[in-house]
Amino acid sequence: MNIFESFRIALQNLSANKLRSGLTMLGVIIGVGAVIALVSIGRGAQEAITSQIQSVGTNLLYVRPGSSNEGGVRGQEGSAGTLTLEDAQALDQVPGIVGVAPEIDSFAQMVAGGNNTNARLVGTTPAFQTVRDFAPAAGEFINDSNVSARSTVACLGSSVAAQLFPDSDPLGQSIRINNVPFRVQCVMESKGGTGFLSQDTQVIVPLTTAQTRLANAGRFRGSSNINVINLKIADLSQSDAITQQVGEILRERHRVVEDDFTVQSQEDVLSAATAVTDTLTLFLGGVAAISLIVGGIGIMNIMLVSVTERTREIGIRKAVGAKRRDILLQFLTEATVLSVLGGIIGILLGWGISALMGSFRFGNTAVTPVVDLTAVLLAVIFSVAVGLFFGIYPAARASALRPIEALRYE
Amino acid sequence: MAVIDIENIQKIYQMGETQVAALRGVSLQIEKGEMVAIMGPSGSGKSTLMNIIGCLDQPTAGIYRLDGVDVHKLDDDQLAEIRNKKIGFVFQSFNLLPRTAALAQVELPMVYAGAPDRRKRALEALTQVGLGERVHHRPNELSGGQQQRVAIARALVNNPAIILADEPTGNLDSVAGEEIMNIFKRLNREQGMTVILVTHDPDVAANAQRIIHVKDGQVASSK
Repeated sequence: MNIFESFRIALQNLSANKLRSGLTMLGVIIGVGAVIALVSIGRGAQEAITSQIQSVGTNLLYVRPGSSNEGGVRGQEGSAGTLTLEDAQALDQVPGIVGVAPEIDSFAQMVAGGNNTNARLVGTTPAFQTVRDFAPAAGEFINDSNVSARSTVACLGSSVAAQLFPDSDPLGQSIRINNVPFRVQCVMESKGGTGFLSQDTQVIVPLTTAQTRLANAGRFRGSSNINVINLKIADLSQSDAITQQVGEILRERHRVVEDDFTVQSQEDVLSAATAVTDTLTLFLGGVAAISLIVGGIGIMNIMLVSVTERTREIGIRKAVGAKRRDILLQFLTEATVLSVLGGIIGILLGWGISALMGSFRFGNTAVTPVVDLTAVLLAVIFSVAVGLFFGIYPAARASALRPIEALRYE
Repeated sequence: MAVIDIENIQKIYQMGETQVAALRGVSLQIEKGEMVAIMGPSGSGKSTLMNIIGCLDQPTAGIYRLDGVDVHKLDDDQLAEIRNKKIGFVFQSFNLLPRTAALAQVELPMVYAGAPDRRKRALEALTQVGLGERVHHRPNELSGGQQQRVAIARALVNNPAIILADEPTGNLDSVAGEEIMNIFKRLNREQGMTVILVTHDPDVAANAQRIIHVKDGQVASSK
C-alpha cells in the first residue's frame, strides 16, 4: 500500500466522523493560530519601536553626564552636571563628527490663549536640526543670532502646535512657557511615534534662553549644565574610535581619571530595545506553543480512542492481508492529516487575527502586526511534528494488534 | 498435490501456570478442488485448527504446508502476505468494514496486494456472487445474505488457494443460508475452488464432499 492509498483512506475515515475530527483539529487550529498571531504582534511592536528610534537618526552618539557623588552617596545617572557648552564646542573639533547639538531638557507648562499643555522643553542650538535630522514644516528653525541674543522664540512640535492652536496658524503668535512669553518661530515636521519616544510633543527654544530666562524651570535652575550632547558622526563604523576620542577629550577637560560621563550610540539604544521586544516575542510564542502541545495531546487522545473503537476494522484489514507497516501508515497518516489540516486553518486564523489587531488602535499606539514567514513555517513544521509524534504511539498500538484477537473484539 | 498438508500439529496455550493443549497432534490433507467441512463441538479445538489453517495463528509444534509453502516460522508480515494471496476468509459475522461501499470492500485485499485493475476485478467478483447491481451500497444498506455475499466476493477476488468459511450461515435465516451454500458449491464445482467450511451445523456440513470431525484436539474421523 502506498502513501497515496493511505492518504485516501485517512480522508475517508476522518470525513466519516466530521464532528470529532473537527474538534480534534480545533486544538491544533488554536495552537497554530495563537503562535502566529502572537508572534506577529510581537514583531509588529518591535518594528514600531525600531522605526521610532530610527526616526531620530541613526548615526548618533549621546554624551550624558555621569552620576553625582556627594559624600559617597551616588546619585542617578546624568545627575552629575559635569557637561558644559564648552565641552560641546570642544567636541566639534573631533574629525568624523559632523554635528554637535548640546541639549538641556525639562517639562514645562505651555499656555496659548485658552489652551494649555504640558510638554517637553528642549533648549538647544541650530545644529540640532541637522544632527537629529529634524526640519521645520513651516517657519524658520532657531538660528545662531537667536542663541547669542537669548531670544524668546520657540519651535513647536506638531502635536503641541495642534493642541495650543487648534484653529489658527501658530506662526508668529505668542505662547507663555512658565509665564515667560515666547514668539512661535516655527512648527516642526511630524515624525510620528508615541509616548516618551515622540518628537512631536516637544517645544524647542535656544539653549541660552533656556539656561537664563527659564532658569527657574525644574532642572535648569542656576546652572549652565548640559543634559546631553547629541553627536552626529559621518560614518557609523567609526563610532567606537570616535567614542574613545570623545572620552579622551572630556577626561582631559574635566581633569578626571574615571569617566564622569557616558557615551551611548543610537545602535546601543536600538539593540537594547530590540532585546526587550525579542524577549517579549519569544515569551508570547512560547505561551502559544504550549497550547499547540495541548492540541497534540488532544490528537493522541482521539487516535487512541479511535484505535480501540476500530479494533475490529484493524482485525479485518489484517485478515485480508494488511501488514504492520500498512496499519501503522494508515493511523499515522490520519494523525498527520488532522494536524496539517489544523495547521493550515490555524495559519489562516492567525493571519486573520493579526490583520484584525492591525486595524485596532490601543490608546494612541498603532502596532501593525507583521506576519513572520519564519513563524508560519515553524508553525507548519511544528504541527506536522505534533501529528507524527502524538500519532506514533496510537499507530504502533494499532499495528501491533493480533488479528485473531482483533477480529473477536466486540 | 495437497493444497493443505498438516502433519502432527500441536497447539498449547499457556494459561498462567497451567498449559492447555488445544490441538494434540492433528494430521490431515486437503486436496486441491475439494470441498471439506470441519466439524466438532465447542472446545474441540476446531477454532484453533481453523486459525492455524487460516494463518492467523502459528502451531506450537508440527508442520503445515499451504499450497507448497511451509508456513512454519513465518513472521507476522509474511503471514499477512500469505493470508492476502492464498486465503479468502468468510466469517460468521461477515466482518465488513463499516461505512464502506461494497466495491471498496472487495477492492481491499487488492489494495494490500498492490494489484492492478482493482475496480474491474472487484466488479467481476461482485457480479459472480449476484451483487452486480448493489456495488455502491454500504453494509447497513444490505441484508445479511447480501453482506455475506460481499464477504465472499472479497474472499475470492485475489484468486486464493483456499476459501476458509467459519460458520458462514450462522447469522443467516435458512433461505439466505441456502443461497450462500449454493454460491460455495458453484465456486467449487465451476471454478475448482478449494472450500473449507468450519461448522457445527450438520446441514451445512452435508454440502461438503468430505467431513472431518475434530474431538478433544484430535481428528476423530475423516470421510
